[in-house]
Amino acid sequence: MLESIIQNILNALQWGSFYSLIALGYCLVYGVLLLINFAHGDIFMVGAYIAFFVATFFLAAVGLPGWAVIALCVPLTMALTALVGVTLERVAYRPLRRKGAHRLYVVITALMCGLILENGNLALLGASRRLFPTLVETQVFNIGGIAVTNLKIAVILVAILSFVFLETVVSKTKMGMAMRAISYDKFAIPLMGIAPDKVVVFTFILGSSFAGLAGLMFAMSYPVLDPYMGALIGWKAFIAAVVGGIGSVRGAFAGGFLLGFVEIMVVAFFPSTYRDLIAFTILLVILTYKPTGLFGVARFQKI
Amino acid sequence: MKKILFALLASVLLFSGVAHAETIKIGFNIPLTGDIPDVGESSKQAAEMLLKKVNDAGGIEVGGATYTLQFVYEDNESKAESALSATRKLITQDKVLGIIGPQSSKQAVPAGEAADDLETPMISPWSTNPDTTLDRPFVFRGCFLDPFQGPVVVNFASEEFGATKAAVLYDIASDYPKGLAEVFKAAWEDKHGAGSVVAFETFTTKDVDFSAQLTNITKSGAEVLFVPQYYNEVPLIVKQAKSLGWDKPIIGADAWAGGDLMSLCGDDCKGYFFSTHYAAAGAEGATKEFIDEYTAIYGKTPDDVAALTWDSTNLMLEAIKMTGGLTGDIDEDRIKIKDALGTVTDFEGITGTMTFTPEGDPIKCAVVVKIDDAGEFSFYKQVCP
Repeated sequence: MLESIIQNILNALQWGSFYSLIALGYCLVYGVLLLINFAHGDIFMVGAYIAFFVATFFLAAVGLPGWAVIALCVPLTMALTALVGVTLERVAYRPLRRKGAHRLYVVITALMCGLILENGNLALLGASRRLFPTLVETQVFNIGGIAVTNLKIAVILVAILSFVFLETVVSKTKMGMAMRAISYDKFAIPLMGIAPDKVVVFTFILGSSFAGLAGLMFAMSYPVLDPYMGALIGWKAFIAAVVGGIGSVRGAFAGGFLLGFVEIMVVAFFPSTYRDLIAFTILLVILTYKPTGLFGVARFQKI
Repeated sequence: MKKILFALLASVLLFSGVAHAETIKIGFNIPLTGDIPDVGESSKQAAEMLLKKVNDAGGIEVGGATYTLQFVYEDNESKAESALSATRKLITQDKVLGIIGPQSSKQAVPAGEAADDLETPMISPWSTNPDTTLDRPFVFRGCFLDPFQGPVVVNFASEEFGATKAAVLYDIASDYPKGLAEVFKAAWEDKHGAGSVVAFETFTTKDVDFSAQLTNITKSGAEVLFVPQYYNEVPLIVKQAKSLGWDKPIIGADAWAGGDLMSLCGDDCKGYFFSTHYAAAGAEGATKEFIDEYTAIYGKTPDDVAALTWDSTNLMLEAIKMTGGLTGDIDEDRIKIKDALGTVTDFEGITGTMTFTPEGDPIKCAVVVKIDDAGEFSFYKQVCP
């Protein structure tokens, strides 16, 4: 029994890592632009596909060993996914922002962009599933009846390190200060000599590159890719970010792991059909008592 | 402008009128996109091959008149609701004489209802769930049923591995895995006593993480794991099971063979067994001819979906020939085809010889194949009813 619980805690940490990594992206963009970037789940999917192409290229065409492929995959996937995120911002969101469109329209544009990414993938690459190549042999360590793989440990570590990195960027750097300032008062920011567009682009680079990283880790853990893989997990990560307190990096991180834990534990002890029912009931109860989320602060509308 | 439109309309009506007199239209309700696109692709390739073969030979002769074949492909996106609308479209709009498909039970069960209501003969090549044809005189199938397949797997696992405790992991939201998992459980407990299925775990379509379920399964003391899932889910389940320390046999069912299991699963699936409709490796006679011809055109070995689609389409054509002549009244012809299908005995298909029960289900054998070290599905055992 104890073994099962510890095993499931490890399972939950791995599953929660993906929610956390994706939730961080939602949270950064929301924090700066007050925009719910619903295309983020699909950027994650694009990240997984980019990782797939980068990995197969280096494996097959160049013939590098697995560890070297990973070392190249991480920065390349992050950079290329960031490029997709920034392109989306440039093509879809910035023109709307320039014209002073209401936030609602930008959110709907984001939904649309997500659908374009999904169906663009379907049209260009076809509906067949793709197998992500094995980069490192999965090693199973069996410690007292608890199975841990090298991959599982890597995923959890990556999530924690990403959180520490983003938290540092947002709270300790000048750019982070600018990001926080823009969400506080976007009209006063230009007066301080900060170019808002630069900050926005930087935010999209951060958010999308970590979605790309999540995509790579996800593809390594669940190696069958399909064009719709980002939709549902994106929605759930968004809810996790809201429960954590959207706009707060800590909140997104905690919310992602919380959702991962609840889902895995429900499946471990109840029939799997209860998973989403129980998981989202718990999240709903949390929001009822704390509408701003676990780490959120109430925002007051300025007049 | 009006005149042009009128002329256009008239010519369309005229041409379609002419087309009706000389062609036999058959509809295909198959998943070209969605969860299992490879299944749709296999179906379409088998159908195209047959179409070309028949039309190149001058068409088919029914009661003295010669008809060319015309196939209409409708994508059901691997969804139940799209399969329903595809069925209705094929029947009412495309005016097909009969329908082949849908392939998987999730779509075939609802589509069968629609085809039966609209009184159009339908043959599902690959749906093994009993509900597809149950109480539906117009609905037939080209494969064996889960109540037959389940015990085949149970007996095989008990004898081959000497297992007495089994675990099952299946998708509760899909008709095929759910039906087969329940049949398996009943048959296993019948053989080894109540409670001998020590873990009966579920998930929902599109889930990718099965770690909690597989943790329960590894801790349950089961000696064999039964996974009645489609080719796109099997690799994820197998890989995760291994990473959670599962090192005992995993067995599957016929859905493993549809689509492209080995290119998604790789080495992880080698050495496992599953029950299916036919084994391409080591086939003889007409089956070998079909395999060679298919391989020459498409560059890959036909899976069971392709073979069953081929058989089902031939079965439909056979029934059309057996009507002894079409009247041209589509409603009447559809009923005649249905009546003919119900009387088919000893039909020599490439997946075995079929005789139909009054329910529209064929009596035919199952094979157990082993995924060998080369990644081929090799014949291991045949089990007949």
